[in-house]
Parts: sequence; C-alpha cells; structure tokens
Amino acid sequence: MIVRYAGRRLVQAAFVLWLAVTLAFVAMQLTPGDPAQALLAVSGAAPEEVAKRRAQLGLDDPLPAQYVRYLSDLARGNLGQSWLHGRPVGRMILEQLPSTLELALAALAIGVSAGLGLGLLGAVRPRTWLDTAVTSLAVVSLSTPTSWSGILAILLFSLGLGWLPSAGEGDLRHLVLPALVLGFALSGSVARLVRARVVEVMGEPFVLAARARGLPAWRVLFVHVLRAALAPALTVVALQFGFLLGGAVVTESVFARRGLGKLAVEAILWQDLPVVRGVVVFGALVYILVNLAADLALGWLDPRLREGLA
Amino acid sequence: MIEWAVPPRRPLLRQPVALAALAWLALAGLGAGCASLLAPAGPLAADTSRTFLPPGPGWLLGTDFLGRDVLARILWGGRSTLGMGLLALAVAVGAGLPVGLVAGTFGGWVDVLLMRLVDALLAFPGLLLAMAIVALLGPGVSAVAVAVGVAAAPAYARVARSAALEVRVQPYVEAARAVGCTPWRIVVRHVLPNAAAPLVAFAATQLGWVLLNGAALTFLGLGAPPGTPEWGAMLAEGRGYLRDAPWVSTFPGLALTLTVLAANLVGDGLQEALRVR
Repeated sequence: MIVRYAGRRLVQAAFVLWLAVTLAFVAMQLTPGDPAQALLAVSGAAPEEVAKRRAQLGLDDPLPAQYVRYLSDLARGNLGQSWLHGRPVGRMILEQLPSTLELALAALAIGVSAGLGLGLLGAVRPRTWLDTAVTSLAVVSLSTPTSWSGILAILLFSLGLGWLPSAGEGDLRHLVLPALVLGFALSGSVARLVRARVVEVMGEPFVLAARARGLPAWRVLFVHVLRAALAPALTVVALQFGFLLGGAVVTESVFARRGLGKLAVEAILWQDLPVVRGVVVFGALVYILVNLAADLALGWLDPRLREGLA
Repeated sequence: MIEWAVPPRRPLLRQPVALAALAWLALAGLGAGCASLLAPAGPLAADTSRTFLPPGPGWLLGTDFLGRDVLARILWGGRSTLGMGLLALAVAVGAGLPVGLVAGTFGGWVDVLLMRLVDALLAFPGLLLAMAIVALLGPGVSAVAVAVGVAAAPAYARVARSAALEVRVQPYVEAARAVGCTPWRIVVRHVLPNAAAPLVAFAATQLGWVLLNGAALTFLGLGAPPGTPEWGAMLAEGRGYLRDAPWVSTFPGLALTLTVLAANLVGDGLQEALRVR
C-alpha cells in the first residue's frame, strides 16, 4: 500500500514539475528580446555573426523542437547560458548554493525549534496571558519584514553592542544575525500551526481516554498529543520552505551576503533572463522535492494516508 | 494545569485588537490620501542646510541625506506602497476568485484543469515567482504590484475553491440548478454570497502578504527608481546611514511593519468573527 501511495505522490510531483518547467519556457517565449543578440551585445557583433549564433543556439528551429531540446537540456542539468557572462547558469547557481543553503538550514533549525516551543507553550495554557503572549509574538513574527528586522538587528547587535559583524560572510559569527532574523520570521507561522494542531488534538477522544486512564498530563501531552499533532505539521513546515527560499533573498541583501538571492536580483536588474529562469526553476525543483519528501514521510507516519482513507 | 477546551468565537466589535488594527489601516490610508495637505512641500523637497537632523519639532521623524523630511516621505510613500498593495490584492482576487469558484462549483474536468494550473504556480516559492514576473515585465512599482498579485492568486484560488466546494452541495444550489439557472448565475448569485465569509477574511490576510512581499521586492531595488518615496525603497536607501541617522531607515520600516501587522490582525479578527476555521 505504501508503495502505491508513494508511487502516486511521485507521479504527481513529476507532473507538477513538468508543468512548472513548461510555464517557465512559455514565459521566456513571450518576452521580447533575442538571446543571440543579448549574448553578443557586449562585444558589438555584426549582423551575420548574430545570425550564425541564432542558428547555433537553435533559435531558428520550430517551437516544438526548441521545447523538446529545452526539456532534454534540463533533464541533463543544463539550465542554459547567462546572456551577461556567457557562463552556464547551472554552474553559477551551484557556486552560490552553499551560502544560501547554510543560511536557510540555520534559519530552519532556529525557526522550527523556537516555533515548536512557543506553540506548545501557548497550547497547554489556552486563553491565559502566556497564550496571548505566544500568539502575539507569532503574528508579529510573520508580519515583520526581514528587511526591517535585519536592520534593527544590525543597529542593536552590530552598531550598538558591537557583538557581531553586520555584513559579509566567512566564519560562523557572520551567520548568526542573518540566521536569527530569518529564523524569527519563520518561527511565527510554525508556532501558530503547532498551537492550533495541539489544541485541536487535545479535543480528540483518544486524548480524553488517555486522561481517563489516569496517565500523567505531561505523558499525554508529549507522547499522545504531540505525535498526532506533529505529523501534519511536517507538511506545513515543508510548505514554509518556499518562504525560506524567498526570505533568504531579502536576508542576503540586508547582510550583504553572497547567494542565490544576490544572483537573482542582479540578473533581474541586468535583464539576464536565463539566469532568472534558472534560479526560479531550481527553486521550484527544490521546493517540490522537499514537499514530496515531507508527504512520503507523512505517509509512513500516518497509516490512514497510505490506505487512502484520509 | 492543562486546559482541554476549544476557544469560543467573537464578533469583530468585541475584539479591541482587531478594531485597533482597523483604525491603523484607516489612519495609514488617510495619511497617504491627504499627503498633499499634510506635507504640501512634497516628498522630494530637499534642503541641504538641514541634512541628517534627528527627529524634533519641524521634522517629527528627522531628515535624510538630502535634508528631506522623513515624515513627509512616509506619508507620500504610503501612496505608492498602499496603492501597490491594493492593486496587488485586486490582481490576486480578480484572478484567483473566478478560477477557484468555477473550479469548486462545477468540478469535473474544469476543476482538474484549473487546479493543475494552480498547482504549477504553487510549485514556485512565492517571492521567487514574483521576482521572475518582475524580470519579465521589467522593474517598476506597478510591475511589482502585478507580480506579487499573480504570485498570491493561486493561494486565493485554493481558498475560493474549498469555500465553493462546501456551498455547492447545499440544497439551494441543487434547487437553482433544477430550475434551470445558468452556470454563471449559480456561481454569482448562489455560490459567491454564501462562500463570502472565508474569502473576505483571507483577502485581509493576503493584503498583509502582498504588502510584505511587494515591499521586499522594492527593498531589493526592483520597484521605482532610486529616490521615489516608497516604504520598501526608503528602508533600503537609509541603510547606508544606519550609524549616523538610523531614523531614515527605521521609520519607513516601522510604518510598513505596522501596516502588515494590522492587515494580518484584521484577517485574524475576521476569521474569528466569521467562524472560519
């Protein structure tokens, strides 16, 4: 059964990925501008040269042929060539990836652990000052632009107290502020979700049964409630990975870090569309894979799903 | 002691926090709308004899590197930022609502087709999708608004669809179908009014989302040209003077944060008042 569930989910993910990739192809076709011209514009090439380059790039081929070649290039990991630098987009992305990944994973760890703790705190004392404090903090967290919280963090911890560097990268000290800022932005939605799920699960009959059997409250909470609440929370945390990728772009800009965000922003300002498309398609791929992994883990955790009951 | 009950619902008028948030939104809108009265000199009036003045009488929130009044720029900037937010929300609702309602009401292959398209858009992380659309349209505030609106539309379509799914099984929809109402009439007259509650609440939440992400794009320099009063751009502009004049950057950021917060709080309040899950 689990194999069938996994298979169905896998086919679904592949289909969505194909649609997303196709959408990116269509969008590229709709924009004015000639890639051959763009590639040679810097060197001021003659018209014959541009025509030769067009043929080389296959831009004179019929659209279906271009589309098939685009798909087979993608399948082989070829994301095209930057108009500005003439370099393979895939390599440019791989160069910037470690920096962004480092930031995103550190922020994920901070955001999920803070959100989990806060959400639990709020859920076990609903409608008390503690719950109010948690829900308020959560809504502030998800309403605060990382650009602003980043600037406040720099003002306080770098310029004010002089504890941490405000920009650049290198050692771990450079990672602390960006990761805290991005992690804080993530923690609010995680806390809300965990709180809502835990409160909901607490109303379920099996929790009442566990209480009726005289199990201690902490045991009911941490063993029975948390296990039931966390499985669905996993999918939503995976959905937040998309937020994390976007948030990383802004955070990188605030703290003058290298990374995919800087690559994408510069590409947009220079109208270097293959790079923009490469970063976006890459982001979609990562996002789809993370969500697929979360759903597969969920299917393994929750027997109802793989039996097709829920 | 752990409490095991489910919280109750409250009408909006009994929620002081949501009312305060609504008041802030009204105030921000009023300030932006009356900017020409409140700051008649305009957002670009420079005076190099009074650069980097800290907040004080005459310039309540200080002046920037050209001696421009930060408060005046925030008031005028509200026009760009709030206008961008409203335009983006209109795009999100205008595209997402019909798609979701039609998919949810009619089901079948229409539903499958539309929702696969929505899924494909949702496969892109929101801000990255908006960035890609700005890349295609070319930088600018209205491009940012459209981009963020399109990026927000699939989520709105999802919510509209699930609201329509709940309504379409009701007997009155079946009755309308039985007496021969056109599909168009069923969607507009029967499904939409009865599915409105969650859609209104979600629209407020989405206003927060589009403002947050729109300002992120303008902060990155993808919006108006440098110097234009706009909260995200002002936040970015002031970064160079954080040590000497932190007010240039922090006050526009505060205005933005409070507005996003207010939109989210109104959304939460509506959800609680309208009994939306």
